[in-house]
Amino acid sequence: MRRAPLLLYLTWLSVSFYSGIWLFTSGFLLMRIELNNQSRCSEPPSPAPHRQAAPCWFPQRFHKAVIVIIDALKYDFAKYNPANNNPKPYENKLGIIHQLTTSQPQHARLYPFRADPPTTTMQRIKGFTTGSLPTFVDVGSNFASYAIQEDNLIHQMIQNGKRVVFMGDDTWDGLFPKKFYKSFFFPSFNVKDLHTVDDGILQHLYPTVDGGDWDVVIAHFLGVDHCGHKHGPDHAETAKKLTQMNQVISTLIDHLDDQTLLVVAGDHGMTDTGDHGGDSEKEVTAALFLYSKAPLFADQLQTDPPAVPQVNLVPSLSLLLGIPIPYSNLGAIIDDLFGFPRDKLTAQLSKTSAYHLNAQQDYFSTGNVLLIYPYKVARYLDSYSRAAGDLPADKLRVLADRFSSLTAEYEQLMAHQEQQSEEELEAHLQMIIQGLRSYLDQAREVCMESWARFHPLHMIMGCIILLTSCFLCYIIAEAGSASTLPYKYLLGYPLLFSISATAMLGLAIWMSVVELDLVTVCAAATIVYQMSFYFNFRTRKGSEMSWRKRPIYLILSGPWVVLLVRCCSLFSDSYVVAEANVAPFLLTSLLTVTVVKLHWDSKLMLPTFNPLGNESLKPSLTPTYRKDGSRLLGLLAALGLCVRLSGLFHNCREETPDCQPSSFLSPLSSVRDPDIKNFSYLCCIVCLGFIVFFIRKWLQHYGNLNSSSPLVLYVRWGFPLIVLGIACYWALSSGTEDSLAKLRELTHLALVVSPRAIYALAALGLLLILWNPITIFMKSRASDEDNTVTTYHGAPGSAAELQHVIPQIYRKMQRTLKSRLQHGGVGEDGKKGTAVEAYGLGSVYSAAMVITISILTLVLIMLHSERLTPAFLLLLLEAFIILHIHGHVANLYSDGVELFSVPWYAVLAWSLAASQHFYSTGHQPVFPAIHWNSAFVGFQDGHTNNIIPALMVAANTFSASILFSAGSCLLLLWPFLCEAPTARRKKGKKESREGDTEDHDMPMMEMRLREDPDRFSVALLQLGTKYLFIQGVQLLSCVCAAMILRRHLMVWKVFAPKFLFEGLGFVVSSLFLLLGIALVLRVDCAVSNWFKRLIVQQNR
Amino acid sequence: MMDEAELRRLSAGHILCGLAVVVSLGVPPFLFEDFSLLGSHLTWLCVCSACVITVNVLLLLTLKPNPSTKRSSFTHKVNKLYRTCLYFFVSCLLFHGIIVLYGAPLVESVGETFLFAVLLSSFTTSRCLCILGPNFHAWIRVFSKDGAMSVWDHSLQITTFCSIVGAWLGAFPIPLDWDRPWQVWPISCSLGATFGYVAGLLLAPFWIYWNRKRLTYKSR
Repeated sequence: MRRAPLLLYLTWLSVSFYSGIWLFTSGFLLMRIELNNQSRCSEPPSPAPHRQAAPCWFPQRFHKAVIVIIDALKYDFAKYNPANNNPKPYENKLGIIHQLTTSQPQHARLYPFRADPPTTTMQRIKGFTTGSLPTFVDVGSNFASYAIQEDNLIHQMIQNGKRVVFMGDDTWDGLFPKKFYKSFFFPSFNVKDLHTVDDGILQHLYPTVDGGDWDVVIAHFLGVDHCGHKHGPDHAETAKKLTQMNQVISTLIDHLDDQTLLVVAGDHGMTDTGDHGGDSEKEVTAALFLYSKAPLFADQLQTDPPAVPQVNLVPSLSLLLGIPIPYSNLGAIIDDLFGFPRDKLTAQLSKTSAYHLNAQQDYFSTGNVLLIYPYKVARYLDSYSRAAGDLPADKLRVLADRFSSLTAEYEQLMAHQEQQSEEELEAHLQMIIQGLRSYLDQAREVCMESWARFHPLHMIMGCIILLTSCFLCYIIAEAGSASTLPYKYLLGYPLLFSISATAMLGLAIWMSVVELDLVTVCAAATIVYQMSFYFNFRTRKGSEMSWRKRPIYLILSGPWVVLLVRCCSLFSDSYVVAEANVAPFLLTSLLTVTVVKLHWDSKLMLPTFNPLGNESLKPSLTPTYRKDGSRLLGLLAALGLCVRLSGLFHNCREETPDCQPSSFLSPLSSVRDPDIKNFSYLCCIVCLGFIVFFIRKWLQHYGNLNSSSPLVLYVRWGFPLIVLGIACYWALSSGTEDSLAKLRELTHLALVVSPRAIYALAALGLLLILWNPITIFMKSRASDEDNTVTTYHGAPGSAAELQHVIPQIYRKMQRTLKSRLQHGGVGEDGKKGTAVEAYGLGSVYSAAMVITISILTLVLIMLHSERLTPAFLLLLLEAFIILHIHGHVANLYSDGVELFSVPWYAVLAWSLAASQHFYSTGHQPVFPAIHWNSAFVGFQDGHTNNIIPALMVAANTFSASILFSAGSCLLLLWPFLCEAPTARRKKGKKESREGDTEDHDMPMMEMRLREDPDRFSVALLQLGTKYLFIQGVQLLSCVCAAMILRRHLMVWKVFAPKFLFEGLGFVVSSLFLLLGIALVLRVDCAVSNWFKRLIVQQNR
Repeated sequence: MMDEAELRRLSAGHILCGLAVVVSLGVPPFLFEDFSLLGSHLTWLCVCSACVITVNVLLLLTLKPNPSTKRSSFTHKVNKLYRTCLYFFVSCLLFHGIIVLYGAPLVESVGETFLFAVLLSSFTTSRCLCILGPNFHAWIRVFSKDGAMSVWDHSLQITTFCSIVGAWLGAFPIPLDWDRPWQVWPISCSLGATFGYVAGLLLAPFWIYWNRKRLTYKSR
């Protein structure tokens, strides 16, 4: 049996999937790390020239501000064209803006407002409050909520004593929880609802503004955006909504005084269909309108104003309101706003200083600050580049040089201010302003490059690699019944090629001929590998292996239809949201179809029945049925029950507002009523006991619990010990508040010790399995030919049966092994030598597997909330039922030959069950639904590093994937186990007639696998590739959905998190699949050694 | 070989069955006030099931697809009728259970679920009962690959398959967020089942005619 190539091959397949995922992620998932540093009034970034005049960085111009955000207010909506006689529904509706900008050009101005992609509302709100470029995943210190951790405008306002009143979109509540002085939130979820939010705001807006109990009012209107989503911009509803907004602005202006600044801004634009999210011109061009009753602008503008980047609003607003600029701001100031007062020189000076202030702020962030200002605290992106390092170093260096020269120039100018004439000074200042402005633009450009742009090439290449990897899996899985795969051609040569290609690329990079990052190199290696694989496969297809071609209509057979439906469902946001119901539905359908097909193919009737020859309506000639029929129906019903019951443990996501998360998800300590608490605790312990009991019963049934090897002892005593430990831990953790003060330290200690003890016990168990996975009980006795004839008629499953049947297994093994090993004259010796009874030989592979799974289950249960234990019980039961159905079906369809190839439906059902139980263990593929508590099981005081908690949370999140993929080898082993009863029944009949037993009537069970090691190895490989294929196809459709629908309204809420979870889940599944297969190989190795030792003993 | 006359009788029967569904859509507006397929779906479910069952019974009495050679006594007939009703009721309960296991709500809208189960039973079980009688073994035989022994058996296979597949496919629009009135449980499923049933009725004679060479039935 070739073990190493098999593992290596599967590893390579997984790695090629990983590189596809990685490549796609690098192009799709723009990541940024949030820093928690905050700007303070007392710490200006440089000794500003206006320091003495300003209490905080820069003189305050306005005391109050009203910020009106109109969601999706496109520039086209706000722009008024008097010459347009035939306006579209969305044109020329905001007349008040036009009227103000023309009649009071120094008081009002309308700008195009350039949003940065992704143009989704949440990211935009983050963008114009932090002044940064938020990406989809802002890796902050806290994943569990969407709250903004970074320094931001709202935070600075509140820090500096402004009373901020908010009304409108409740997204702000998630982003700034409990920050506002007063707030009126309205639900934003229902896109079809055009008026609730807007009408709600209008109820409160004017009274609040008139009331005077505020410094900053923020109103976020959603109507226009919802109109766009529902009807598209070119619709009469949009016209109505815009007219309403016009009314709102003009009324609002009447309520303002001269100390107040009015900002009307759109957070993003929309496409012609009313969507947004991407980076097209129409989506990023929003409108910004500034107005104040006091003159705001120094000069009149002759032409249309230039576009203002959205991040520029933050520093401008901060300086106008006299608060510090938020720390992570990347924007520049809006020039025009700092041209006042009239005196040109002062104007220039103040502008320069504002610029400089801002640039410096920014500079400290961006570059290597220690070169020039060693005394400054490293600021935003200095800290950032230290934390993340994804900004290109050479570009940062250029920026740093540029800024240092500008700063030097500015300081020189300031120092020699008096010596120069006014014109000279002004010209110099002008130059410096230009320089600073372009510096800021470049800095923003550098950051945008790495934070705010998709890389279509990476995404497409990632998809292609995933696709070809899936295809590769499919080829291997269907590579006929080749008894041996030509590993040399399919693994060796391609691997050689790809390693040499990687080496060459590495050399080229080292010699700096080309510049490539690690992702690209990895992808290139994968591509080379796959190309040479396909080449080799094509050339040798005819000779050494054939790819079983299937007729095209088989696409319409059950498993493929279900797989197709499943993949298509990943492209619809509603289906992703409803996946917790879709996966069980498909699973039940799939298995029902399988059983019905079995009946349709007349496999459930005994072969004597011939329907064509009978007048079957006569009751006397009714066909006889196998018992399997009713048993299969019972199993199906049980499966349906399990699936339905496991739905009780569901969690909810915010897209389904009516959904109530299951009460079982909260920890037991949160239950108030002591009776319920005790009852639930008891139930959980009983479930836990059941799990252990069933596993022991199973092992006992197959005779694997008789030996006295350490592993069996571990199962006998270690499992109850683990259960006891878990029970202790739960009792302590759910009742800590009630404990006495004296005992508190003791309980605290116990809370730490008991889970750790369980981890240690579990690790010990896994080590024992690795060390000696054999659970066979051997009993030697004198050879007595008469005694070997077993006449057994007891009840199945009884202890007597074990005594009689299982020993028989060995004899045939002994003979075949001896003939294979070609010991001289062993055939003769064997009959005369001692016979050996081996208990549990027929299930030695599955026993090791089952023990491993149960250890993993117990540990995973502990990582979950107590009351999810029944969910795990259901998980195991469901897996058991699927295996049983599969075993029955496989045995009915074939007589031994086909057992080596696991059919597609079984693998698909297995993976569907894995996705179903992802949900039924209380998870959802969104970040707020992750069970963060699991990181502290056994680590009450927190962690010192990040790796262990990450692993624990991952184990908790993907526990279903872990259990199902580690157990996927059972799909191959189980039909051999199920073979036993049928074979025995036949034997029983024969015995009663002949009174004699032939060796070949013995149930061989898993020893069949050992008899044919080459086919065993190929079968394992094909099982692995089938599982990888099914997982990979699902991943591929998630990836494609995220790529194709990247402009979709729901991409950042549904598709991108789904892709992330699916990708991570794939990595976890493939790892545990490999581990499972490795375990089977380890058992195989051990069994070989065991036989060898036995032969040696016998020959002695 | 195929009996052409039998096939003609079958087609006529199917057209009548199809008409039953049409009647259930067309007649109630005259009988009930504000009847609509979507608005008063429960009424329609009842009416449609009743129509389909009535037509099936009528067909049994007129066309006699499965003439029994044995003379049967009155008690035997009563017994048979009793068993037929029992089977039908049990099949309704079974369908209800299966639908719930497939994910239908357990407690809320129990009435809808049960009426849907009745509709499915009237599409499948009532036809089985009329054609094969309350003979469970015959049912099992018919629904296997080589089990059909007459055009009626084939038509039974096809309509049952189509109704159930239709109901299954009808579940797919439910999760979508289109907010259409027909996405409400169990409207889409019952509509799917009905479409499937009608399609099966129309398809079956053609399919049998198409495959007439292949299908040979031993004479009874």
